[in-house]
Amino acid sequence: MKFIPDPIGRFCHRMASPPHFYALSGKLLPWLTGIFLILLACGLYGGLYLAPPDYQQGDSYRIIYIHVPSAWMSLFIYIVMAITGAIGLIWRIKLAEIVAISSASVGASFTFIALVTGSLWGKPMWGTWWVWDARLTSELILLFLYLGVIGLYNAIDDKRTASKAVAILALVGVVNIPIIHYSVEWWNTLHQGPTVTKMDKPSIHVSMLIPLLLMAIAFKFYYVIAMLQRARLELLQRERTAAWVKKLVSEPSNSSS
Amino acid sequence: MNLQEFLAMGGYAFYVWVSYGICFAVLLANIVLPVMQRKQLIRQLAEKQQRQQP
Repeated sequence: MKFIPDPIGRFCHRMASPPHFYALSGKLLPWLTGIFLILLACGLYGGLYLAPPDYQQGDSYRIIYIHVPSAWMSLFIYIVMAITGAIGLIWRIKLAEIVAISSASVGASFTFIALVTGSLWGKPMWGTWWVWDARLTSELILLFLYLGVIGLYNAIDDKRTASKAVAILALVGVVNIPIIHYSVEWWNTLHQGPTVTKMDKPSIHVSMLIPLLLMAIAFKFYYVIAMLQRARLELLQRERTAAWVKKLVSEPSNSSS
Repeated sequence: MNLQEFLAMGGYAFYVWVSYGICFAVLLANIVLPVMQRKQLIRQLAEKQQRQQP
């Protein structure tokens, strides 16, 4: 058989090799963290200081700058987790399994933040911390799905089996994602409708929109950073007997980095 | 706008600052915990390796 050079396939194979992933993520993390901090500083300055108060909600609306990006990330990370879980399930790629489970804790955190900040915003605006309406209830179910994924993974000792089980649970839970997204349109709810994604005519002023988008991009970078940190830990735990880990551990410079 | 006005958030200081506080506490924990656990794991593996081959 004639050998056909396949640069993309070779690149993917190299990326998916644990020692290469560990070394590359270590090199990338300081840069990602730097970009994240700059975006975060700009977003917070724009959102908390430059943007004017809302004409109806006063300064309480400033919770939007963490609430909405967190809610977006809670959905986005779930989809990433389900897709990487499926890739791990079908092609048995170890790195995809690790990315899936490493995403779960970050996604659960963003879901928790979205729920808590929404509650803290709802109290002064709606007069209640919580209502059992479609948007809030489906987001709470999302938190339970994330916690279920983490719990199931920790309950099974063999991590390859655990990853299979987790991927199936994550894929079943995908049905919740469109329910959350369209809940404010399908049902009558206290939760306000979309203000940003009506791209033809967004009902938000540009001085409020720019910091919101900056925070959304900052949170995307944050997700990559937190997921990679978790993945590096997960990778070392799984590969603790592999030759590359033994080599890494024996080099004194690595024990501090 | 002076600092006091900024911190008062038009009377919504409690809701706004508690939201931001919880958000960044959770985000920070998600970075610090895995980094600390990984360093601890590397230390443990290094000690184990040294015991096995002195």
